[in-house]
Amino acid sequence: MTDPIHSGPETMMGAVANDIAGEAVERQEEAAAEASAVLDKPHSLGSDAWWQMRRRPMFWFSAGLIALFILMAVWPSLFTNGDPRYCDLTQARHKPSWEHWFGTDIQGCDVYARTIHGARSSILVGVFCTAGVTVIGSIVGLLAGYFGRWLDVVLSRVGEIFFAIPTLLGGIVILYSFPSRPGTPYAIVVGKVVIAITLLQWPTIARIMRASVLQVMPHEYVTAARGLGARPGRIIVSHILPNAVAGVIAVATINLGVYIALEATLSFLGIGLQPPAISWGIAISEASKMGFLTSAPHMLLFPSLFLSLTVLAFIMLGEVVRDALDPRLR
Amino acid sequence: MAQTKHPARWSEPVEVGDVLLRVEGLKVEFRMREGVARAINGVSFDLAAGQSLAILGESGSGKSVTAQAIMGILDSPPGFVTAGRVLYRGVDLLTLPERERRKVRGAHIAMIFQDALSALNPVFPVGWQIAEMMRVHRGLNRSDAQEQAIRLMERVRIPAARQRARAYPHQFSGGMRQRVMIAMAIALDPVVLIADEPTTALDVTVQAQIMRLLQELQEERQMGLILITHDLGVVADVADRIIVMYAGGLVEEADVLDLYDRPAHPYSRGLLDSIPRLDQKGSDLPAIGGLPPNLLRLPTGCAFHPRCPVAQARCRVDPPPPRVELGPGRAAACHFVVPDADFGRSA
Amino acid sequence: MIPVIIGATFILFVLVFALPGEPWQGRCGERECPTAYVEAFKREYNLDKPLLVQYALYLGKLVQGDLGVNFYNNHVIDELAVRYPTTVKLALIAILVEVVIGIAAGLMAGINKGRFLDSLVVVSTLVVVSIPVFVIGSVAQWSVLKLDLNDIFPVTATQGTLKQLILPGFVLGSLSVAYVARLTRTNLVENLRADYVRTARAKGLTTGRVIGIHTLRNSLIPVITFIGYDFGSLMGGAIVTERIFNINGIGGFIFRSINQRDGVSVVGAVTVLVLIYLLANLVVDVLYGVLDPRISRD
Repeated sequence: MTDPIHSGPETMMGAVANDIAGEAVERQEEAAAEASAVLDKPHSLGSDAWWQMRRRPMFWFSAGLIALFILMAVWPSLFTNGDPRYCDLTQARHKPSWEHWFGTDIQGCDVYARTIHGARSSILVGVFCTAGVTVIGSIVGLLAGYFGRWLDVVLSRVGEIFFAIPTLLGGIVILYSFPSRPGTPYAIVVGKVVIAITLLQWPTIARIMRASVLQVMPHEYVTAARGLGARPGRIIVSHILPNAVAGVIAVATINLGVYIALEATLSFLGIGLQPPAISWGIAISEASKMGFLTSAPHMLLFPSLFLSLTVLAFIMLGEVVRDALDPRLR
Repeated sequence: MAQTKHPARWSEPVEVGDVLLRVEGLKVEFRMREGVARAINGVSFDLAAGQSLAILGESGSGKSVTAQAIMGILDSPPGFVTAGRVLYRGVDLLTLPERERRKVRGAHIAMIFQDALSALNPVFPVGWQIAEMMRVHRGLNRSDAQEQAIRLMERVRIPAARQRARAYPHQFSGGMRQRVMIAMAIALDPVVLIADEPTTALDVTVQAQIMRLLQELQEERQMGLILITHDLGVVADVADRIIVMYAGGLVEEADVLDLYDRPAHPYSRGLLDSIPRLDQKGSDLPAIGGLPPNLLRLPTGCAFHPRCPVAQARCRVDPPPPRVELGPGRAAACHFVVPDADFGRSA
Repeated sequence: MIPVIIGATFILFVLVFALPGEPWQGRCGERECPTAYVEAFKREYNLDKPLLVQYALYLGKLVQGDLGVNFYNNHVIDELAVRYPTTVKLALIAILVEVVIGIAAGLMAGINKGRFLDSLVVVSTLVVVSIPVFVIGSVAQWSVLKLDLNDIFPVTATQGTLKQLILPGFVLGSLSVAYVARLTRTNLVENLRADYVRTARAKGLTTGRVIGIHTLRNSLIPVITFIGYDFGSLMGGAIVTERIFNINGIGGFIFRSINQRDGVSVVGAVTVLVLIYLLANLVVDVLYGVLDPRISRD
């Protein structure tokens, strides 16, 4: 707001004092001595952020949950030796018991086994979407920001257009145009969802990347490096990426949770993952049919709980990371 | 209950020379995560009706904090007044309950801020913002208050005031915006006007106009004016008396001409040597080496010793006497004050 | 904004009609499409012409409100015309919920920053954001049935009466309530630190007036903007809510069309929702200038 050239020293001092004070109020739990001890030591952004994060219970809680769900996705047999595809119609809709911890569903399948095995779809979609969005978004953002001019105009416009289509609606259209059938291999079913979400979401990262390129470029060391004939690749790797990486990590982590929720929503609507794929969204869709809601609430409860906890864990982790990287954001 | 409890003498007319404001041993600290910053360490001064008092100092010297403490608008937390009195015509404002003190703000003691663009509310028309003073303090209705606001805008020489009253702050030039702030400050005929760096954000020519306007208004209304600045050039034209602050303490107090002629404190001397030329408006004062101290870790002894050209060993150890009287209305806080000393000026 | 609308419809068009594959696939219910239908389909969407011509002709039809005829021989636009009032009503209820609960929670949190109430709002919004809407909806249904409140909050809303839409409205608005609360809180906190707040205090105003008049207006501008944008998102998000509560609005229509593999209806209805979303954004951009004097005349 204030023009730094024309604002007097007193206001600048006031602003700094206010900021420090604001933080003080925000982080009352911190002992002042501890804080100043850290302030005195020179820290890289990374290690400082790590120091900030590991003191927050929210970080350990969310990181622990995420580790658990990833383990579940990679190695489900660690948690259950039941076969999620073994169903016994005579055992349908049983309440939770010693034999079936989470009860059984309408087909008589074990809800616990299916819930454990459902983690894989969610984690896969979340991770691949995030990877795709981050890679495509970063490349586009770097190109637009670094080379500027017409390339920037074109890429920014295209990003704006993709960004303007609500992801749920766009996802429905894409997945409807390329339907999966019961025989479609699992990898392709998941791949379609990943492609649909990635296609509609890459501008989120592209914007951040472009903004941080534009922020770094005017600095003299970059100008100097360019003047000395450094190749774009070198400037990008050593100057631009380190500056951008913080924002990208925070947003990407939060979005990972959002993509998992999005996949579940699409599956819930019957257009994302399709049976026989096992997914929390499909399970909840089955369970939420009127007849079962009261007669077999466990069918709804457990997949819902796992899904919500997964999404919560990623969003929480993302917020912790964001706060650690920029404490003034909140 | 709406009856005001203000002393009757507050409604009596002010005579020239009456002491309006007496600040005694004021201390303010900011309690922050990193520790306690002692922003003001015992500042005392008087302000009389019709008098212009300049408070001079670098960033962090505590001059703005002093003003905010007088107004009672410190950000609290983290800022706290820990000692002292602020007597307004004999009544200690610091002990008044908030609802009484609120009636003093704006009506008796008004304040002008440095950056009018951020100090004015961006989403209300300026006329509305001026009229709010009359509506809140005097209970005027909307249209009467608006009429008065327009008259005030005319008084501070904003052209086409009637139309401009409906415009928003961002639609004014810097100088006109500062005039709006002034109109707002004088709306209720305050007895004391505090101007916190009123011209720092402005161009040189506009600076002079605004200072002339302030001076004119002060003479017309016999207000007590406190002018906070880091710019000695501004002070010379307007102020009668001057106090110099450094690191939250008062280092020298004098009539303006005395200070210009014979600065008693080495810091004042340094400031005078660094009077900015017109083409260096707004830049920091370059002639004093070093930086203002960190308020969290004030130097031992005299806070100025690391930058002082005449510092001796004892300056590093003993705090200077807070007030060495040098004559009527003259004092300085230094181990080695000699009014006519030549602190190496010619060297 | 207009180029964005054209671009967005172009992308949708390409995704549906111009990518490799047979766009008529799955438009004929469960069976393979008869040759006659395929021919008619190709003719209707000019699939033998160059891409840009195809798109221009499609856009021309879209502008005239022609969304095509579905497999059941109904004009999609007519199907939507019957259903949109329900969805609009639902979205408006959701917005009312956002405004009342979201802003109130955000203000309470912002004023009490760093205290218990603030933490409560921050944590609970985080939790609400993390639970997908369809989970909230299903759990809400289950709770209502369990607590026997079905008479007060009906769990199905086939007729789309106001009473039936209240529970779905809360569910639809739940995510946005959390966003509105957070946005209000952040903006209030930020504005309370602004210089003009200090001026307002120096004017001798009461704390109530400083916050209620001077800070509130500045803080709520982004919130109102968000709510405006959100109207478009809610219309789209209603697909999930309408499926859960069996509401016969645009969303319910899309859901049923997906299950009946009625492609013309799905694509037509989704396109309309995207357009509504974009138009809502356009309206808000204009409105923003009215709310914030800094934007309007610069």
